[in-house]
Amino acid sequence: MLDVSVRKRQGDFLVDAAFNSPAAGVTALFGRSGSGKTSVINMVAGLSRPDEGRIAVNEAALFDSAARIDLPMDRRRCGYVFQDGRLFPHMTVRANLTYGMKLVPAARRVIAFDDVVGMLGIGHLLDRRPARLSGGEKQRVAIGRALLTSPRLLLMDEPLAALDETRKGEVLPFIADLPRHFAIPVLYVSHSLDEILRLADTLVLMDGGKAVAAGPVEDVVGALHLSGAVDAAEAGAVLTTTVEAHDPAHHMTLLAFPGGRLSVRRMDLPVGAAVRVRIRAGEVGIGLSPPRDTSFQNVFPAVIRDIGPPQDGQVDVRLDAGCTVWARITTRALETMSLRPGQVVHALVKSVALTRADVAGHEAPPPQRAAG
Amino acid sequence: MEALTLTDLEREALSLSLRVSLWAVAGSLPLGIAFAWLLARRDFPGKVLVDGLIHMPLVLPPVVTGYVLLVTLGRRGVVGQYLYDWFGIQFAFTWKAAAIASAVMAFPLMVRAIRLSMEAVDRGLEQAARTLGASPLRVFATVTLPLVGPGVLTGVILAFARSLSEFGATITFASNIPGETRTLPLALYTLTQVPGGDAAAFRLCVISALLALAALVASELLARRMQKRLKG
Repeated sequence: MLDVSVRKRQGDFLVDAAFNSPAAGVTALFGRSGSGKTSVINMVAGLSRPDEGRIAVNEAALFDSAARIDLPMDRRRCGYVFQDGRLFPHMTVRANLTYGMKLVPAARRVIAFDDVVGMLGIGHLLDRRPARLSGGEKQRVAIGRALLTSPRLLLMDEPLAALDETRKGEVLPFIADLPRHFAIPVLYVSHSLDEILRLADTLVLMDGGKAVAAGPVEDVVGALHLSGAVDAAEAGAVLTTTVEAHDPAHHMTLLAFPGGRLSVRRMDLPVGAAVRVRIRAGEVGIGLSPPRDTSFQNVFPAVIRDIGPPQDGQVDVRLDAGCTVWARITTRALETMSLRPGQVVHALVKSVALTRADVAGHEAPPPQRAAG
Repeated sequence: MEALTLTDLEREALSLSLRVSLWAVAGSLPLGIAFAWLLARRDFPGKVLVDGLIHMPLVLPPVVTGYVLLVTLGRRGVVGQYLYDWFGIQFAFTWKAAAIASAVMAFPLMVRAIRLSMEAVDRGLEQAARTLGASPLRVFATVTLPLVGPGVLTGVILAFARSLSEFGATITFASNIPGETRTLPLALYTLTQVPGGDAAAFRLCVISALLALAALVASELLARRMQKRLKG
């Protein structure tokens, strides 16, 4: 259990965040820049000191103002992967990797050097210096360096933010694989919903220095776009589905979810595997009757629950299709179709984005995008 | 060939100069690093004053610095008399006095160089080392110090060169005693005071210039090697 409850005044900004999450898998701190994510993770690491509060990992208090506990950062055993890597430029990759490891008593080392090097694919870099690594390689070494201290918690502060899309792709799969390889809880800071949907199990939404929501990713994300914490284009629903069947003739895979089935481009996953998919509000339309003669493959009945306030000629409609799905339609469509809450309609899904293919610990290949 | 061999007087002055300068630099380096760290990394009341005091020898006439040293560390000085009475230590009019005078004069240059490069060290790297389990002292020894290496080198070379050329404070505090405190500049000065010393004085000029040049070249080569290490 990761238990955080901190207050700290920084000039005019007050960080006042409290949340807890299971000490397994990835907990994401998500919010706009300036929402206090990094402040919180720095307090967990001990880089800055809360005015008051408590920070504990599996009942071990790292900070507790009431009990006057404030472990210095070198004794917190929190591995920290910084946005900018922060590799020691005067040491080889190997020396960087073993810097923290050597300071851990051999009996307490639970993560082996060869495992980390193998998993991160950095074996060929060991004798180089950081100046001669690419951004993606640097971040992989930084992750390895933190892991090798056998930390009780791994902190990652936007580890991909400084990388371009290609480099991100060099690092993301390794981070996604961490929980499966090493049983170390991760606290991951990001402002990218894509990253979080791909990686996180638990989501803590930060806004204005406060943790405004915390819980399983699917639950929190559904409520996200009402809070204004994500860009309009990012808004949508996240569903956990299971692979039901494959249709090799059409290169399609059928995914079952509480509201029915989604057919997506074929994925190499065993039947029964859990898959997290994301349906952006902008990719969903509404039909009054089941449409015939269309290319839409994913249509299912749904009930209108809410209709959001109009914005730039568009409204977000919350649909209940056994689970929540959002549809973004124009106000004109809303009026001509005279939609209202309680009405039974059909949700038309243009495309489905696969975000994570190993929910609940299933074996999975690297995620891919699937069009419906 | 005759012209290329050093005379006894030259050899004496040269080896004395080297000894004085080496000791001046070696003795003040730990202090220099400590003060550079203090000024670069700590805020404390009176910081401006400490900074000012360190820089004083740079702006004071060297004779004043030498005189202050004589008054404090001399045989009857404020501190010197106790050093002599209790420990039998006497600096004034020995080569050690010349080393102290050189060290004090060169100190601001050394501190400045090290401080500048310490301020340039990415604090984030030190934080990273802390989160990896290193104590503050270990971080200093394994991250900060290696990264300020080029700055320390510059400081050392500057201080060494300054020590070699030190004259005013030395002659005031340590006097001009042949074989004891008569370093190259003092020997040169002495020669200019005697009729017919011009040729010998010129030779000392050349030796001084060669020495300074050698120090600069050595530092440049070392600095390049350090840069290369950092760049991989």
